[in-house]
Amino acid sequence: MTLAVNLRGWLLADIPRSKSQARCQRFYIGWLEFQRNPVAMIGLVIILGLIAAAALAPWITSSNGLEPDLVNRLQAPSAEHWFGTDQLGRDIFDRIIWGSRITLYIVGLVTIIVVPIGLVIGVIAGYLGGLVDSVLMRLTDIFLAFPRLILAMAFVAVLGPGLENAVLAIALTTWSPFARIARAEALTIRNSEFILAAQVQGVSTVGILTRHVTPLCASSVIVRLTLDMAGIILTAAGLGFLGLGAQPPTPEWGAMISLGRQYLIDQWWVPTVPGIAILVVSLGFNLLGDGLRDVFDPKSGG
Amino acid sequence: MRASSGRTAGGSGLRPPSAVVKIAGVLFSLALTFLGLTAITFVISRVMPVDPVLAIVGDRASNEVYQQVYLQLGLDQPVYVQYLKYLGQLAQGDLGSSIMTTRPVLEDIRRFFPATLELATVATLLGIFVGVPMGVFAAVHQGRWPDHIVRVVALLGYSAPIFWLGLVALLIFYAKLGWVAGPGRLDVFYDGIIDPVTGILTIDAALARDWDIFRNALSHLILPGAILGTFALAYIARMTRSFMLDQLSQEYILTARVKGIPESRIIWGHAFRNVLVQLITIIGLTYASLLEGSVLTETVFSWPGIGQYITSSLFNNDMNAVLGGTIVVGACFVGINMLSDLLYRLVDPRIR
Repeated sequence: MTLAVNLRGWLLADIPRSKSQARCQRFYIGWLEFQRNPVAMIGLVIILGLIAAAALAPWITSSNGLEPDLVNRLQAPSAEHWFGTDQLGRDIFDRIIWGSRITLYIVGLVTIIVVPIGLVIGVIAGYLGGLVDSVLMRLTDIFLAFPRLILAMAFVAVLGPGLENAVLAIALTTWSPFARIARAEALTIRNSEFILAAQVQGVSTVGILTRHVTPLCASSVIVRLTLDMAGIILTAAGLGFLGLGAQPPTPEWGAMISLGRQYLIDQWWVPTVPGIAILVVSLGFNLLGDGLRDVFDPKSGG
Repeated sequence: MRASSGRTAGGSGLRPPSAVVKIAGVLFSLALTFLGLTAITFVISRVMPVDPVLAIVGDRASNEVYQQVYLQLGLDQPVYVQYLKYLGQLAQGDLGSSIMTTRPVLEDIRRFFPATLELATVATLLGIFVGVPMGVFAAVHQGRWPDHIVRVVALLGYSAPIFWLGLVALLIFYAKLGWVAGPGRLDVFYDGIIDPVTGILTIDAALARDWDIFRNALSHLILPGAILGTFALAYIARMTRSFMLDQLSQEYILTARVKGIPESRIIWGHAFRNVLVQLITIIGLTYASLLEGSVLTETVFSWPGIGQYITSSLFNNDMNAVLGGTIVVGACFVGINMLSDLLYRLVDPRIR
């Protein structure tokens, strides 16, 4: 108990004694503010639920969601099959749970590709300015101006349908806003005094970019990323629905809707349940992103 | 940044020369963006793992025929020469011919585009007339339950997979309740009766004064329009709310309140007038993204629009059609965005 009180005192001290304390304080105060926002907390719970479902999939499912069981095809939701079974008799609940791994995989892969590209291009453009800035931002504008889904479709057509290619296509159409944001941040940071101080001390440009400018761009990029996650999930599902993303029998939610489409009228649960899963997860990311934005950047709060 | 004298006088009369320079700049970047757009699409279409010659002559053609078509298509030349040639043709409005329909791509697009335009327009109008009041309502009740409800509803519209929403709507409103007509633009027996003047069926039917067809077209249009509109509605409501909050926290609002001006006049007469200017960009952005975002809605509702044209061409390896369709949609996208940007510059005296 006293430890908790002490920790709280340490986290809320008026004057932080060290860099790490200051950093922890910022997160703690942000967390307190975040906690007060019920809507954002719902988002956090949903995303944690998604992660838990993905991690615990082998224990909470009774099948791997891939093997057909034609005797039990198109069963209505019941105690045995919570969400019913699909056209091949596979348990839809199990498939949804296994599908959460695919959703996380998509989200993670897109993040790994998009954030570094956006940060590098944006930070360099914003910090160096001049011709480099013009050229890089023109490039960014072109990708921003491009119809995203259609570009992703064209990329998938070139690379061939499949989950990884869909992810790559989405990444290629998603990086541009991050470059824009990082550039805007770098522009404001560029002229601050601590950058000048670093320059005077003889820190190299690369050092300034990696150690001083990039970390400060991180919070806006994270907020934007969380807000974009929903869009990424929806695009991936859309590609899956069109037959350009994950291929059967992968339990990708968009592809599940596409396959269940013909059973819509008589066995409504087959295409409906995966849609609800997509809706809930993308809602979760949107709620979480909204909450994070309110914490990190209260001014632009929407 | 934010001058509190947010007057929104229109851009009539004198305009300082800097506006002309700015417009020239916008046009220049428009041209540059468009060039990049064509370049990327062209490269995509050329690295497609599809032999365009085989797609035309079929796999039973003799070697001579193959060679002839190969040269005809200019495939022996380097890619940049092919690209420049394509640009030259594009400048003359020639997008090549579609393998699938055997018609010029431009003609195809002229047939398919009005359907998308009709859908996107209905969706955007819905977004404006429902989304804007919702956003204002939420902002006025900031932090209280009406606000939370509007925020969650907007987020739901944001988060729902549109193709799934379309399927569920079809199930409920078409299959179960029978309130609206099903997929497609018209019932089969009405097909081809009226002249395609604009290609927008509701307008064509109204011009022909055929109210049966008009009602039927409307009945087909309303559901996909509403589904596509959910995104517009969510986005516009959200942005309106955020802009309104921004305005309501300004000092001139406080001044107005102190002066005792009624709250409704402060909201609609003062704050909202300034929000209106900002909304131009948002509405333009929505409209542009709906033109391209209609791909999935069109697939679900079998709506014969540009999105479906591109998708089916893609599956049939019809590269001229994909290329042409993408460029036209991209050009509209870029064009509308630039136009709303320009309009914003002209209307907002601070930027001018």
